[in-house]
Amino acid sequence: MYSTLLAFDWLFLIEKLVLIVGIVSISLVIAMYETWAERKVAAFMQDRRGPNRAGPMGLLQPLADGLKLFMKEEIIPNTSNRMLFILGPCLAMLAAMMTSAVIPWGGKIDFFGREVNLQIADINIGILYIFAVVSMGVFGIMIGGWASNNKFSLMAALRGASQAISYELPMGLSLIALLMLTGSLKMSAIVGQQLDGTWNVVYQPLGFLIFLICAFAECNRTPFDLPEAENELNFGYHQEYSSMKLGFYLFAEYINMFISSAVMATLYFGGYDIPGVNDAHLTETVGVNLMALFQALTLFAKIGFFIFLFMWVRWTIPRFRYDQLMNLGWKKLVPLALANMIITAAVVLWLKK
Amino acid sequence: MQALTNRARPVERKPMTFVERLYLWNIFKGMLITLKHFFKRKATISYPEQTRPFSPVFRGLHVLNRDEQGRERCTACGLCAVACPAEAITMEAAERKPGEENLYREEKYAAKYEINMLRCIFCGLCEEACPKDAIYLSETFAPANYQRKGLIYGKPDLLIPNPQEQPEEYKQALGNRANKQHQAN
Repeated sequence: MYSTLLAFDWLFLIEKLVLIVGIVSISLVIAMYETWAERKVAAFMQDRRGPNRAGPMGLLQPLADGLKLFMKEEIIPNTSNRMLFILGPCLAMLAAMMTSAVIPWGGKIDFFGREVNLQIADINIGILYIFAVVSMGVFGIMIGGWASNNKFSLMAALRGASQAISYELPMGLSLIALLMLTGSLKMSAIVGQQLDGTWNVVYQPLGFLIFLICAFAECNRTPFDLPEAENELNFGYHQEYSSMKLGFYLFAEYINMFISSAVMATLYFGGYDIPGVNDAHLTETVGVNLMALFQALTLFAKIGFFIFLFMWVRWTIPRFRYDQLMNLGWKKLVPLALANMIITAAVVLWLKK
Repeated sequence: MQALTNRARPVERKPMTFVERLYLWNIFKGMLITLKHFFKRKATISYPEQTRPFSPVFRGLHVLNRDEQGRERCTACGLCAVACPAEAITMEAAERKPGEENLYREEKYAAKYEINMLRCIFCGLCEEACPKDAIYLSETFAPANYQRKGLIYGKPDLLIPNPQEQPEEYKQALGNRANKQHQAN
């Protein structure tokens, strides 16, 4: 079933477009409800009820919040660099959304005889791509802070950028140890290995811990939300932003959280692997499409857990001081990640002999 | 120095143990604490549907009472104004004219009766001073206002609804506590 025009598989293009639209809208919806969930989780942990007025259980709250943000007055400061000022939140949003391209959301589905992979781009360098895009997120922060032409925003942006760059280092190092085990940078291959064998977190508990901590820092979540330290920097890099441009910055944080949860689930917790189930057997009984649905649901359950973990930690731990943050990143996590890498290398070499 | 309570405890300055210095374990303990609160009973009261129960001795907004036939009880004797430590009450007396017997219970009545809610301390001394059971403190709050003059309550704000024309509103304004007191008299 190939309809070729100009020697190009047009169905492939349509398939990918549908996937892109689907995944982008899913991540937007999830980010919306993350804001709701965050408030609910915070409320429950503080013996309150949280939003419960808009719709049943406050489920329409994100819509109300969005409407409020859109209705607010849009201010661009006179002294700011207009183009960069608008570019900042766009970049933050873009970088947050782009990461989702290489994450395998489920197995294959069978669409009228055509095999469709539930992954936008199954590239050989999946993890490197994620790293490249994640480091782009720094531009959003940095440009936003710079373009505001506000000393406090600039300071906060500097902090945010240096924090993001500092924590990318141990994150990469902890991943190298993982890559020694998997021997591949391809996301689908990493998941495929975990489908048959054990989840990578069993082999790499320390690596996962380092990755988790760095993910918190990369997403600018408490306890690492220093760019937003409202008491010292009276609001951080998005201080001059108003209306939906501010909303985009906040939204990007929630999308980042969703994507990094997905990455963690994929790399360390078996991706769409259903625990305790032989996937090949189940596929034969329920069919390919249903199986893909189950797998996607499993992945989303894992992602949900990690998102909850993000919130749980946020409402437990106070913010780090900046020197403590840098101390932890450079003096604790980098050596730990290096040690983890060396030990993994030694064990891999020893076992292969 | 003598300790004020028996709960004082000297500050511990022991160096941290290895587990404490790892910090992660303590974070985990903290997370368990927050998780416990997840399942605790909520302290919040969903306001418009539920209201906080008032203490039986709660003293709220003043009400100028009427008798069973809807006549004002106040005779403008001024005892409440004298008793008021915050000097929040001012009144002007007037004489009842023939034909107004259905409005006022006695020959003298308050033509003007004002309570300045900005001064009032809700002590309840006016209620105690009143020989005619004409003023008492009900079970509602004085609502907030944008202007100072809005918080000077005149007779229209204070008078209880007429028990014959608006029996339900009257009962609501009377509240539980005043009801009992009313019956005792």
